Amino acid sequence: MEQQYIDLYTAHHESIKKHSAPAMNGLRDASFAQFEKLGFPTVALENYKYTDLKESLSIDYGLNINRIPIPVNPYDVFKCDVPGIHSYLYFVVNDGFYPVTDPRNTQLPDGVIIGSVKEVAATHPELLKDYFGKLSSTKEDGLIAFNGAFAQDGFFMYVPENVVLDKPVQLVNIMRADVDFMAVSHNVIILEKGAKAQLLVCDHTVDEVRFLSNRVTEVFVAENATYEHYKLENTHNKTTNLSTLLIDQDASSNVLANVITLHNGVTRNMIEIDVDGEHCETSLCGMVIGDKNQQVDNFTSIIHNKPNCNSRELFKYVLDDLAKGAFTGKLYVAKDAQKTAAFQTNRNILLKKTAKMRTKPQLEIYADDVKCSHGATIGSLDETALFYMRQRGISADEARLLLMFAFTNDVIENIRIPALQDRIKMLVEKRLRGELSKCEGCVICQ
Amino acid sequence: MLEIKNLHANINGKEILKGLSLSVNAGEVHAIMGPNGAGKSTLSSVLTGNPAFTVTEGDVTFNGKNLLELAPEDRSREGIFLSFQYPVEIPGVSMVNFMRTAVNEHRKYKNLEPMSASDFLRMQREKKELVEMDNKLANRSVNEGFSGGEKKRNEIFQMAMLDPKLSILDETDSGLDIDALRIVANGVNKLKRPDNASIVITHYQRLLDYIVPDFVHVLYDGRIVKSGGKELALELEERGYDWIKQEVDGK
Repeated sequence: MEQQYIDLYTAHHESIKKHSAPAMNGLRDASFAQFEKLGFPTVALENYKYTDLKESLSIDYGLNINRIPIPVNPYDVFKCDVPGIHSYLYFVVNDGFYPVTDPRNTQLPDGVIIGSVKEVAATHPELLKDYFGKLSSTKEDGLIAFNGAFAQDGFFMYVPENVVLDKPVQLVNIMRADVDFMAVSHNVIILEKGAKAQLLVCDHTVDEVRFLSNRVTEVFVAENATYEHYKLENTHNKTTNLSTLLIDQDASSNVLANVITLHNGVTRNMIEIDVDGEHCETSLCGMVIGDKNQQVDNFTSIIHNKPNCNSRELFKYVLDDLAKGAFTGKLYVAKDAQKTAAFQTNRNILLKKTAKMRTKPQLEIYADDVKCSHGATIGSLDETALFYMRQRGISADEARLLLMFAFTNDVIENIRIPALQDRIKMLVEKRLRGELSKCEGCVICQ
Repeated sequence: MLEIKNLHANINGKEILKGLSLSVNAGEVHAIMGPNGAGKSTLSSVLTGNPAFTVTEGDVTFNGKNLLELAPEDRSREGIFLSFQYPVEIPGVSMVNFMRTAVNEHRKYKNLEPMSASDFLRMQREKKELVEMDNKLANRSVNEGFSGGEKKRNEIFQMAMLDPKLSILDETDSGLDIDALRIVANGVNKLKRPDNASIVITHYQRLLDYIVPDFVHVLYDGRIVKSGGKELALELEERGYDWIKQEVDGK
C-alpha cells in the first residue's frame, strides 16, 4: 500500500516541491524518509488498534500534485452559512486555499493575517520559519510523516499581540472531485500574547466519490491568549477523515477545542494539547452521532508539563446500527506539574446491540499534589426515564429523542459562540430525528 | 370508568397479581392498602403499561376500551395518570420542554392544535400555584436535584397540567413531611371533580385524613381480599394487617 506513494514521491518530489513553499519543503525529505520507515499505521500499533485503515487506504486515490485548479465555486455548493453566524469566511477546496476573498474578510483587524500557507511563505517567510512543523515533526506517526511529505499548502492564521478577532473565523473544507481523491494539507495557526480568536472548521463533501483527507493543524497559543477551535464534521459515508490537531499552550492561556462528528464515513481525530506554561485553562470536548457503518476514533492527549493548570475533557457518543466508536484519553501530568486539576469524562450510549464502543482512559501522573479524575461509561437509554415520559403521553420515539438530545447537551453547551450553539443544537436534533442533517446542497448520503 | 377483572400479572416469571378485580366509577376515590409485597405498586405499573410486567390473564377496560392493548403513551392520552412512588430524574431534559411536549402530545391525540407558548406558560403558572411549586423548579431538568417533597409536588403539578380522568397516586405520602403532605393532598382535592376518579395507594392511614376515600380495599397476596368504607382504613391503622392475613390464609 505504501509502495505506490513511495514511488509517487520518488518520481515527483520535484513537482511537489515546486508547487509548494520553501518553508514546507524544508522538512519534506525528512518526513518522507520517516514515512518510508513507518509506513501507514496498522491495527498492530497500540495507538491505532481501534481504527483499521486498510480498506480506506486500498483505494487508488488521485492527488493534485501539480495544483491544477479545481473548477468549483464554493458559494454554489456551500449553503451552510446560515444567517446568524457572522464570520470571516474562508474555503479550502480539497487541499487548496480558495483564492477569491469574501467581501466580509476585508474588515479583519489590523495585523491579522489569514490566507494560504504557500502565500504567506512568500509574503511573511519569518512567520512560518519559527512555527511550521515545530509540533508535528517530533511525532513518530506514519500519517503525520505522510502529511509532511505530501502536503503542499494549507490554511494559515496569525493574530498579533493583544488583537481580538471580533467574529469567528470559519474555515470550510470542501471535498470536490470526479475521481476518488486524496487531500493532504497542513494548517498553521498562531496567536501572539493576549490575542483572542475562534475558529470553526467545517468538513463537507459535495461529490459521491471516495475521499480521504489527511490534515495536520498546528496551533500556537502564546501567553494570555485565548483560542477556541470548533470542528464540525458533516461528510458522506465514503469519506475517510484523518485529522491531527496539535496545540501548544503558553502560560495563562485558555484553550477550548470541541470536535463534533455529525455524519461521516471513517474518522480518526488525533488531538494533542501540550500545556507548557503555568495557570492555563484547557477544555477538550467532543460528540459523535454515528449510525450505519460509521466509525469514529477520537485519540486525545492532554499533557501537563507545568504546575497550576486546569483541564477538563468531555466526550459523548451516541451509536446506532453497526457504528463503531473509540475514545482514548491520555492524560499526562509531569513530575513538576504540581497542583494540576484534570478531569476526564467519556460517556456513551449504544442504541443497538450491534453498535460498538471502545473507551480507554489512560492517566500517567508523576506529580503527587494533583486532583485528577476520569470516568467512562457505556450504556443504553435509561428505561425508567423512558417509561416515565411515556406515562406522561410522550411517544416512545419522542422520548428516546429527548433523552439522546439531553445526553449530548453538555457538549453543545461547551460552544461559546451563541449562534453556533443554536445551529448545532438544531443540526443535532435533526440528526437524531434521522433526518439528513445536511446543510442544504452539501451532503449526498443515502 | 375502570373495570378490572381477574387480573394476573408477573415480573420475570414471578406471579404478583393473582386474580385482582376492582371497579372504579367517575367521582370516586378508592384507597388501596396492604402489607409490603402485596402487589400494590405492581397494580399501578400494570395499569399504566410498564413493559417490565407481563399480564397473563384477565381484562381491564377503561371507558369501554381494552386498556391492555394500548401503549403506555396512549393510556396516558386516554386519561390515566400515575403519580410515581419514585419520580425519575431526567438530567438534561428541562421541565418546560418535557411538559410542553407532553401537553402537546395529548392535544394531538385529541386532534387539537399545539398550544401556543404564551397559553402554555399561563397554564403552567396557574397549575404551579395549586401545589405551591417554586418557579425555579420549572427551569430545571426534570426532577434533577429536587428534594423528596419537591418531586411529589411536581407529580401533582404534572397531574394538574394533563387533567387526567383517572389518577393513580402510588405512595404519594412516602417521604413527605406533614406540611408537604398537606400541600400535595390539597392539590389532589382541588383537582377532584364528579367526572374524574382516583386510586390512592398507600401504606398508612395518614394520607387518608387528607384525601378522604369513598372505598378502601385491602390488597394481599395479589388479590383484593377485603373492601369497605373509609372506616376500614382506621381499623387497619389500629389492628394492622395480621388479622386479615389470618382470615385469608386460614380459609
